[in-house]
Amino acid sequence: MTGQPYRLAEGGAIDRSRPVGFSFDGRRYTGFAGDTLASALLANGVTLVGRSFKYHRPRGILSAGTEEPNALVQLGTGARGIANAKATRVELHEGLVASSVNCWPGPRCDLGALNDLAHRLIPAGFYYKTFMWPHRGWHFYERLIRRMAGLGRAPEGADPDRYERMNAHCDVLVVGAGPAGLAAARAAARGGSRVILADERGLPGGTLPDAADTGRLGETTAELEDLDNVRILVRTTVTGYFDHNFLIALERVTDHLGPHAPAHLPRQRLWRIRAGRVVLATGALERPLVFANNDRPGIMLASAARAYVNRFAVLPGRRAVVVTDNDSAYGAALDLHRNGVEIAAVVDLRRNGEGGKPAEARAAGLQILAGHAVVDSRGRRRVRTAHVARLDDDGSLTGPVRTLSCDLIAMSGGWNPAVHLFSQAGGRLRYDEALRAFLPEGAPQAVRCAGAINGAADTASCIAQGRAAGAGEPDDRAAGRVEAASRAPWAVPARNRAGEGRRFVDFQNDVTSADIALAAREGYQSVEHLKRYTTLGMGTDQGKTGNVAGLAILAQTLGLAIPEVGTTTFRPPYDPVTFGAIAGRDVGRLADPVRRTPIHRWHEEAGAVFEDVGQWKRPFYYPQDGETKHGAVARECLAVRNAAGVMDASTLGKILVCGPDARALLNRIYTNAWDRLEAGRCRYGLMLGEDGMVLDDGVTACLAGNRFLTTTTTGNASRVFAWLEEWLQTEWPDLDVYLTSLTEQLATVALAGPNAREILAALTDDIDLEPDAFPFMAWREGRVAGLPARVFRVSYTGELSYEIVVPAGDAMDLWTALTGPEHAVTPFGTEAMHVLRAEKGYLMIGQETDGTVTPLDLDMQWILSRKKDFIGRRSLARPAMRDPLRKRLVGLETGDPATVLPEGAQILAEPPSGVPEAMIGHVTSSYWSPTLGRSIALALVQGGRDREPPTVHVPLDDRTVRASIRDPRFYDPDGVRMNG
Amino acid sequence: MTRYSIFSLARNAMGYHRSWPRAWRSPQPRPSYDIVIVGGGGHGLATAYYLAKEHGLSDIAVIEKGWLGGGNTGRNTTIIRSNYLWDESAHLYEKSLKLYEGLSQELNFNIMLSQRGVLNLAHNEHDLKELSRRVRAIRLNGIDSEILDPQGVKAEVPIANISPSLRYPILGASLQRRGGIARHDAVAWGFARAADARGVDIVQNCEVTGIDIADGRVQGLETTRGRIAARKVGLVAAGHSSVLAAMAGLRLPIESHTLQAMVSEPIKPVLNSVVMSNTVHVYVSQSDKGELVIGAGMDGYNSYSQRGSFQIVEGQMGALIELFPIFSRLSLLRQWGGIVDVCPDASPIVGKTPVDGLFINCGWGTGGFKATPGSGWVFAHTIARDRPHALNAPFALERFASGVLIDEHGAAAVAH
Amino acid sequence: MLLIPCPWCGARDESEFTCGGEAHIRRPADPDALDDAHWADYLFMRANPKGSHRERWCHSHGCGRWFNVERDTVTHGIVSVYRMGEPPPGGDGS
Repeated sequence: MTGQPYRLAEGGAIDRSRPVGFSFDGRRYTGFAGDTLASALLANGVTLVGRSFKYHRPRGILSAGTEEPNALVQLGTGARGIANAKATRVELHEGLVASSVNCWPGPRCDLGALNDLAHRLIPAGFYYKTFMWPHRGWHFYERLIRRMAGLGRAPEGADPDRYERMNAHCDVLVVGAGPAGLAAARAAARGGSRVILADERGLPGGTLPDAADTGRLGETTAELEDLDNVRILVRTTVTGYFDHNFLIALERVTDHLGPHAPAHLPRQRLWRIRAGRVVLATGALERPLVFANNDRPGIMLASAARAYVNRFAVLPGRRAVVVTDNDSAYGAALDLHRNGVEIAAVVDLRRNGEGGKPAEARAAGLQILAGHAVVDSRGRRRVRTAHVARLDDDGSLTGPVRTLSCDLIAMSGGWNPAVHLFSQAGGRLRYDEALRAFLPEGAPQAVRCAGAINGAADTASCIAQGRAAGAGEPDDRAAGRVEAASRAPWAVPARNRAGEGRRFVDFQNDVTSADIALAAREGYQSVEHLKRYTTLGMGTDQGKTGNVAGLAILAQTLGLAIPEVGTTTFRPPYDPVTFGAIAGRDVGRLADPVRRTPIHRWHEEAGAVFEDVGQWKRPFYYPQDGETKHGAVARECLAVRNAAGVMDASTLGKILVCGPDARALLNRIYTNAWDRLEAGRCRYGLMLGEDGMVLDDGVTACLAGNRFLTTTTTGNASRVFAWLEEWLQTEWPDLDVYLTSLTEQLATVALAGPNAREILAALTDDIDLEPDAFPFMAWREGRVAGLPARVFRVSYTGELSYEIVVPAGDAMDLWTALTGPEHAVTPFGTEAMHVLRAEKGYLMIGQETDGTVTPLDLDMQWILSRKKDFIGRRSLARPAMRDPLRKRLVGLETGDPATVLPEGAQILAEPPSGVPEAMIGHVTSSYWSPTLGRSIALALVQGGRDREPPTVHVPLDDRTVRASIRDPRFYDPDGVRMNG
Repeated sequence: MTRYSIFSLARNAMGYHRSWPRAWRSPQPRPSYDIVIVGGGGHGLATAYYLAKEHGLSDIAVIEKGWLGGGNTGRNTTIIRSNYLWDESAHLYEKSLKLYEGLSQELNFNIMLSQRGVLNLAHNEHDLKELSRRVRAIRLNGIDSEILDPQGVKAEVPIANISPSLRYPILGASLQRRGGIARHDAVAWGFARAADARGVDIVQNCEVTGIDIADGRVQGLETTRGRIAARKVGLVAAGHSSVLAAMAGLRLPIESHTLQAMVSEPIKPVLNSVVMSNTVHVYVSQSDKGELVIGAGMDGYNSYSQRGSFQIVEGQMGALIELFPIFSRLSLLRQWGGIVDVCPDASPIVGKTPVDGLFINCGWGTGGFKATPGSGWVFAHTIARDRPHALNAPFALERFASGVLIDEHGAAAVAH
Repeated sequence: MLLIPCPWCGARDESEFTCGGEAHIRRPADPDALDDAHWADYLFMRANPKGSHRERWCHSHGCGRWFNVERDTVTHGIVSVYRMGEPPPGGDGS
């Protein structure tokens, strides 16, 4: 299995002593440690790697990096599958399994290629113009189209891997560890700054082709590695640049290790970096040339060809045509030539290949065709010939077309500075006509650019700019720029008027120059329209190779200068980021904190069914011996009504309000008056939003003159606390009040039922429980079950009831004492509580209220003080709030007592007569009342209890139920039981 | 207007597609129009189209400071539904959905309305109760909606995780089968082309710099392309509504916030429905191209920058992976933000202003795309007749003084 | 993710804070003196400028204090931060 017919015998940064076996499309191959999947495939002579998105054209490997639009592969299988990995970025490891995407049965023969035959019918945006017949026919066509959609496949199960997020702070973040980045990091580090240096590749050193240069960079790297104030992150792509110098970077921790990854490491780590300064040394990305059939396997970027031969010791072909509109590709031609690739010709679109590089090539004996262009290519699964013609001064083709046989076309259409992060940071881009490139302009945040991102073309300038940026010194941004001498066309003209041969601009999405011209012709002339109409730059490569040429062709078509057409804003991320890494550990058990009361373990052991209330877990009911929910709730309710029950009410919000102006605060927040509440007494309170809508309710006890303990509902605890703080701090700083949340410090157990007094009496000897001594709405301090406790005589069930409040640490002891066998107390859950309070007609916040209900709607005028202002009072004075047609709270009784209306059922004045019906209200709460032996319901209905006639109709799925409006207090309306 | 069809496509294929006409003209703004619509997004273009079509008017311009559909029309997650709780909203959004259902034919432009169903998930007892209330109200308003139990959710969305051991398990869902998605850009382009064909001038790169008012009546607009006189002006500028209103001396109950959205890389179809969850806060669908289109929560502070904060994305990814564990290894391809105009009651303002001849349509917040044709239809009626249609009368600016709000914040927090 | 300089704790990540909207809106001393329209102005109408904006933030997952921030709504740059009750550095905030 030595194979690797395209591998050089020596050279490159690969380790020939470590062969690595892998499979691609079911066939086994061997590469070497240090290979990428792309370089290993090329070494094995595999050039056809996949198919394009729309036309299913055969495609190979275009690049050697993150900009790759073509060579997408499916990696791994089952739950570990990865959908659209770039072969140019996948580091080879033993046992790697990869396959082509978007082709069936395979890349060599793909049924989807029928699209290519029909390409004339399906230009850019064709789908906007058809599939409209018959009416709603789109639903049929869409099904067919969707089958063709997508590239790779989603994994088949939950992700077995782990991810983590890491926060980091630094003085200087340097992005990119090429010559400029290394120089910047060293300068910053020598100045004493804390530095993070991040690079997407496995090693610092950038992509310099020259071994001597690389060696010098190695020294810098070694120095940095020894410094304590420098952290070097490899395989780490800085991919998002947000406000206030917050950046995210994705570190691929174990992807390159495959199945041998140590179990303690996460697969990937998302770095959240806050940087004092940022130096972007992100380099530049080479552009392809736009000519007919420029997309065949075997046609690649010149820089990529050079990287494969130099870095990976792989020949990307044996006979090459190099085509360029700038000097940089000559280096590629020379390196290929030196390593034994026959150079059929260097085709230079410029009339005069000036300067040292062309001369060097000529001296090496290479044939240079200046003022020529590659105009077409042939070869189905691999390029076979390049067709070359002379290019006139006006950019048109003249003379005969020469055919050069080759198996590699290495092309360079110039360079795009990698300004993506700079643009994400809010930076403006300026089109430089001389450089034919968008350059960073100004500094939107504390950010500097250094090296090829500024257009610098030589290593010395890159290093100089890097050093200056790292040290925070001024530099010459324009240093090392090489003007693009040519006015070479952005798209090589077609050979004939018919436009034979598509010229691809966006390889992945199959956008051609003709598509761009079509968009322009039809009026999609903003660059954003162009993108959206043609899908230019919308692929997984986000247009890194094609966007600028696309823009230029649009400008040319419209006869405008490129800046007049504009550039799109680059959006995060620069390179795709795994969802799992973004979520980090916030999944599964850690998705959201779980709040449990101190008695939770007891509930669990008692077999409680829990209900999520916000983050809390509350016992919903306690089924016994195969009881249904209905049975358990009925049993719990009856126990409270006939004997006694206990409920864990620890989740209620508890706020200590104290200070000289505590009463004043309560007066302003609650609708009722607090002036005369004495120590030892409690009062129910209702608070409104400033819009007059009910916000929350609860009981407040006066602990001492200016000390109050306020309770809130479970779901609103933090909201109410924040609400009070906000008023105190922002509006009433003159009030001398201190708030302390005691929700977690105190536990509350409600003991309710006719036997409650007797049971409590057995557990306390220092609280006088006689009704006269300890009346309803009073509280007492003492010991209960030997524990220090405050006992509040309040009731949400309508029974004689005590809420016993103890420090959270004592709660389990209290609960255990209360539920001891001698007391015959029944634990009850939230559902029984709901039923019991509904029997009493008590409102439940969030159920009878929904943010649109006023106290007037609840017939609670009695709680609105007329002697003071309070939050929300003025809003209640608006005439519409007293509209007789507003929905008001009522009780509802079904004709058939066995019928329990569904909660949320809508209410009609008349039997249904056909939609749309006029709905006059809805059922807010509805239960089977085991106490009354019938159904009960609360509802909000237009006109409320004044409604005439009092009969309403409730349509259900299969029938309509008649119900009559009544007093919402179904049980013990005069409160004899709880007052007793 | 050249009709689009498979036949015209085939005919043009013969000529290498070199004779397609412009989808809309690019006219110089005239010095005066009867009606000027400010804002060339979906709502503004729809307004112009229906003014021309339903009310026989043609002396109309739409002026847009950037490019057509470049605001929230081209930045949303393309969800269309009409499953609203309150009657006022239900009727307005249903009008819009009905118009959507015939829009491709009406505009002769395929907007790719895909009525694949919208699921709203319930994760606790309180959610279930809210769902019941909502679905019953929606049905009685004559709009399709049904309730699914967890197995029903699984049947519609096989990749959903319905395990009861989830932190917030899926306990059920509502499903509006007529809900779905559409191609957002196509909605703007389709309306632009059809309005243009009826004589509407669509002027891009034309920013309003001032609003001329005399004697309490609008006279025209100052723009970067000169003064344009107008008898009536409709402001339809979403996130920039407050800025425009301030030019007319008006204050609005509106705050502009960034709303983020994102797409994954394209994958083979795995998700047929639109799935939304308010409790764990994420919504997702899969486009015809194969990308997952994902919506995030709104950023918490006023912004005009179309840039959001990353922690919003982090929070929602956790939620997404909880619901769909197989998504964990997919990748985020592109993320962006739109500027949404949010009203205190999460309902829009569509109607007259205190200035005669000046109308406003704003406050659609995070949900404007689904309303596009309906919003244009009622706004056109309001401008043409100088009074609101019954469908948008409840959405007047005056409701903030009267207190008759239409609170669509959805389920209030559970609180027992 | 903004970096917000809490006047009590120093610079912290935005995720520790809650934005409370427009600053310097006083609750009317005598709500009854206002007609419904003016009351609605206090309740609902908001300055929503494109550019410099004065707003309230609370360091809710930190010291719990409210304070004022002047921030640009386009660039998100923070111009100044000042405590409750202090006048805005750039001019009056009434």
